[in-house]
Amino acid sequence: MLSVENLQTFFHTREGVVRAVDGVSLELSKGGSLGIVGESGSGKSVTCYSLLRLLPMPPARFEGGSAGFEGRDLLTMPVKELRAIRGRRIGMIFQDPMTSLNPYLRVSTQLTEPLRVHLGIGKAGALDQAVAALQAVGIADAEQRIHSYPHEFSGGMRQRVMIAMALITRPDILIADEPTTALDVTVQKQVLDLIGRRREDLGTAVIFISHDLAVVSGVCDYVHVMYGGRVVEAAPVRELFENPLHAYTRALQRSIPALQEKGKPLYTIPGMPPDLSRPSPGCAFAPRRPARARATCLANHRPELVEASPGHWVQDCPGCRDEGLDDAF
Amino acid sequence: MALLEVDSLVKHFPGPRGRTVKAVDGVTFSLERGQVLGLVGESGCGKSTLSRLILQLLPPTSGRVLLEGECLSSLPPAVVRRRRLDFQMVFQDPYASLNPRLTVFSTLSEAIAARHPGMAGNRTACTEAVAALMRRVGLDARAMRKYPHEFSGGQRQRIAIARALAPEPRLIIADEPVSALDVSIQSQILNLLQGLVRDLGLTMIFVSHDLSVVKYIADDITVMYQGKLVETGPAEEVFHHPRESYTRRLLEAVPRIRFGGDRFSSG
Repeated sequence: MLSVENLQTFFHTREGVVRAVDGVSLELSKGGSLGIVGESGSGKSVTCYSLLRLLPMPPARFEGGSAGFEGRDLLTMPVKELRAIRGRRIGMIFQDPMTSLNPYLRVSTQLTEPLRVHLGIGKAGALDQAVAALQAVGIADAEQRIHSYPHEFSGGMRQRVMIAMALITRPDILIADEPTTALDVTVQKQVLDLIGRRREDLGTAVIFISHDLAVVSGVCDYVHVMYGGRVVEAAPVRELFENPLHAYTRALQRSIPALQEKGKPLYTIPGMPPDLSRPSPGCAFAPRRPARARATCLANHRPELVEASPGHWVQDCPGCRDEGLDDAF
Repeated sequence: MALLEVDSLVKHFPGPRGRTVKAVDGVTFSLERGQVLGLVGESGCGKSTLSRLILQLLPPTSGRVLLEGECLSSLPPAVVRRRRLDFQMVFQDPYASLNPRLTVFSTLSEAIAARHPGMAGNRTACTEAVAALMRRVGLDARAMRKYPHEFSGGQRQRIAIARALAPEPRLIIADEPVSALDVSIQSQILNLLQGLVRDLGLTMIFVSHDLSVVKYIADDITVMYQGKLVETGPAEEVFHHPRESYTRRLLEAVPRIRFGGDRFSSG
């Protein structure tokens, strides 16, 4: 349904070229759910913003690749055509609901707008559907609350309003960029359940971006792990957790505070994320590996993805694949 | 004597349509020196109001806050302002809590001078103290002339922690200090706080909605719900054998990795 091939999005800044996304390929099937995991700056959000062309250009520029959606390329199609897809066929929700809700407009106006613009539904009909959409995301007194302004809702409620808005046109794909990171665990659970139900009921395909492996494990069937603008590992979710092949995936898993023993220092990944304006000629994760592992990391050419087992892809860097070296000195 | 005693603290706000919002509704607890108390609850449970009451940023409706036996609630405002150096706060969002127009040096030297007014004019001593503080929280002291935006989220939270440590407080209230950070950065900040508690004998209230994070750092956990403390006990006990149904509900909401067997059984 959506097929991203070798996407390259660079930012041309005064300090140089930042290779934010450098050769990412994704495949999303109808009704599927895909997770993208990585730290801040790994390129996971830029990947998704690229698909909908939501980045300021310049400084951003597509240097290569394509994003096929129903046989057409999202990256090159005329903006007019893209507008018919954006918000209609592909919806997006963001981490901070206040950046996508207009503080000056009533929720009713914002929720009915996509119906009126994209589907040409009349005012009264759109309002009925908008109320139903708010009820579907679990907002009580939807008939009254719909006439409120965004600031009159709590954080969790706003997040739900935004989800209702993204889903109101029944898009085929929902892109969710860290939609629960700012929320309480209890509200987070409600939002995740909500997205799960929409998938089941309407077959909405989901791309879910998060830094939190535990959240992704509950939502997605297939997971891509990104590091330094590239995918380092991609596998069905169960396989990724039971048999992680790349050192970065293992390090991410080990650093979840909830899973660690009390009384001992928590595991942390040493070093810093790479500077994407000065990409390493070899393996990008090498500087964060123990010295003995680093010695066997690729130094002069970049590791390519190889299919280690059916559906399980990993960057083929010997120093990062060897689990035995994870705790070496 | 306990370092901090909170005695039947109540804060009511006027609510919509003449109703009263009981944000904090009869809270009593005490905290020993060197202890870390985890305060857990959802947004709206009153945990932030409770923090503000302890810091004397809000007057209570009734009840008392005692620091080393001295009742803060009855002190004149000018004295409270001076005593406020004794309790410092770390906030959730280091992007919002640091002044973007001040360099790290200005932010930290200002906070140091609050405790030691004599340092204000002494640039060498100030530089030295700032450098020591930065090293203490794991930052490169050479970066002291930089502005907050030049640091990553995790580093910014370290600056915020250094700023809280600068006036040598007796109590630190950390309000969701890691919830805005990446999972991998969370561990680094938790380790830092853990080390500071151990090495400096800090007393801390660690506020969070995430029981699994609190469990790691707190000696005791207290669970707050609708303005009341519903369950208090040793951290491991509350985490593994919660008595209250509300605590269990909070625990069930923590996302878990569904597979991987032993690899992901939470410890």
